[in-house]
Amino acid sequence: MEEIKLQIKDLNVFFGEKQVLHQISLNIPANKVTAIIGPSGCGKSTLLRSINRMNDFFEGMKVEGEIIFDGKNVYAEGVDPVIVRRRIGMVFQMPNPFPKSIFENVAYGLRIQGWRNKKAIEEQVIKSLQAAALWDEVKDRLYSSAFDLSGGQQQRLCIARAIAVEPEILLMDEPASALDPIATARVEELIRSLIEKYTIVLVTHNMQEAARSSDYTAFLLLGRLIEFGPTNQIFTKPQKKETEDYLTGRFG
Amino acid sequence: MIKEEGLKRRYLVQNIWFAIFWLSMILIAAVLGLILYFILARGIKVINWEFLTAIPRRGMTEGGIFPAIVGTFYLVLGSIVVSLPLGVFSAIYLTEYASSDSPAVKAIRTAIHCLAGVPSVVFGLFGLAVFVKILGFGVSVLSGSLTLGIMSLPVVITSVEEALKAVPLSFREASLALGANRWTTIWRVVLPSSLPGILTGLILSVGRAAGETAPIMFTAAVFYARRLPQSIFDPVMALPYHIYGLMTEGTRPDKQVPLAYGTAVVLILLVIAVDFIAIYLRGKSRRTRKW
Repeated sequence: MEEIKLQIKDLNVFFGEKQVLHQISLNIPANKVTAIIGPSGCGKSTLLRSINRMNDFFEGMKVEGEIIFDGKNVYAEGVDPVIVRRRIGMVFQMPNPFPKSIFENVAYGLRIQGWRNKKAIEEQVIKSLQAAALWDEVKDRLYSSAFDLSGGQQQRLCIARAIAVEPEILLMDEPASALDPIATARVEELIRSLIEKYTIVLVTHNMQEAARSSDYTAFLLLGRLIEFGPTNQIFTKPQKKETEDYLTGRFG
Repeated sequence: MIKEEGLKRRYLVQNIWFAIFWLSMILIAAVLGLILYFILARGIKVINWEFLTAIPRRGMTEGGIFPAIVGTFYLVLGSIVVSLPLGVFSAIYLTEYASSDSPAVKAIRTAIHCLAGVPSVVFGLFGLAVFVKILGFGVSVLSGSLTLGIMSLPVVITSVEEALKAVPLSFREASLALGANRWTTIWRVVLPSSLPGILTGLILSVGRAAGETAPIMFTAAVFYARRLPQSIFDPVMALPYHIYGLMTEGTRPDKQVPLAYGTAVVLILLVIAVDFIAIYLRGKSRRTRKW
């Protein structure tokens, strides 16, 4: 049995009157890629953003149920969402580097945590860029603007920025959907290489991407978890009719 | 089948409307040109080095406007000191912290819009009552700066709000997702990204404050000061008020009117220069930002 990194228990999420997620229960295994797939508007992103409490910023959002991380419910009273977000990093759909230099983008998370030592920051930035497979492309221009990078490079920079603070879990919200096929392949390759150190939850509406890069797949439909299991099982022998219909393209 | 006759008529209608748009544009450009032409034509001949650097002499019929330039500079500087922090802080509160639905915030926004519509002479009377009399600052740079600063606040707040709103949500999300709290996010990401916009708004409001007569009439300006202000409690001469004085006081209009036009030239050029700085800053930030 694999180690469970994150336990989602009977999660209900409401935006105002509207219930977006219904009774989601899901165990995210450690050091694996878990893909969340489903058609647009099924609640994939909401589920992902519930994990690091990024939904807190939407007015009228209400959460019921528990998300157990490291033995504690992240929604329990007294839990500081800022600490949760430091331990659970996030990469967004559109590459969103800061309007700063490549170096400062990666150093940002360290600086806000109070890192002062120049040498230490530099080492961590280099290490993160290497881990994000970006170092060779940017080592000669660390101080030029992050906006000078291509879209794929920007996304890998965002991944480097997220792992610089050494989170335990990385949440990725369709990280390759805005990229061309070659950049996508590089990001997917990178995701596979990161599971040694990190647990990854990957939202995607690209089924091939889920098949290629994930170990486990959860299928969401209209805010409900339809099926969850090892990726090859979901794709070859889905247990539920809805999953099969979705995977064979009967709706999308 | 399309009737050729109808098609021709529609083209004619289109051309007439385009001509109307074009004419209005030309009219506006012409008005601007005429203002500049008449002011420059009447004022430029009195402008020389002495006019810019000397103090007025012989009951303001000779000499220069140096004290008025210095006074306007002090008043503008003072009004920035008042309106910048207040304006930036309240704009941050309104855009970043306050929930836009709350009745209190709606009331504040309405109040800001109303403040923007208050005639400047009313601000002058307010400054006279509160700063000059009640707080006892007297007719001084301090009273004038506070009055001008408060008058500029609605413009400053609105333009800072616009600048803050122009910072994409994705920057904020990236920062928050890295475990920054809201203040860190504002301080390290939102403010640096919006700085050019904030400066542009500030400079435009400064240009407006520099040209105002009414708010400083009772609070800061005098027709003639024998010396430059030594402290913020001294009264000052100021360019717009100097024009007003030259045109309404004194007994030698033949000598005073050209001086008034000369002063107007200096004032206009100053305001235009300030606006160009704002345009330059905005252009620069548009070139460097790519979001």
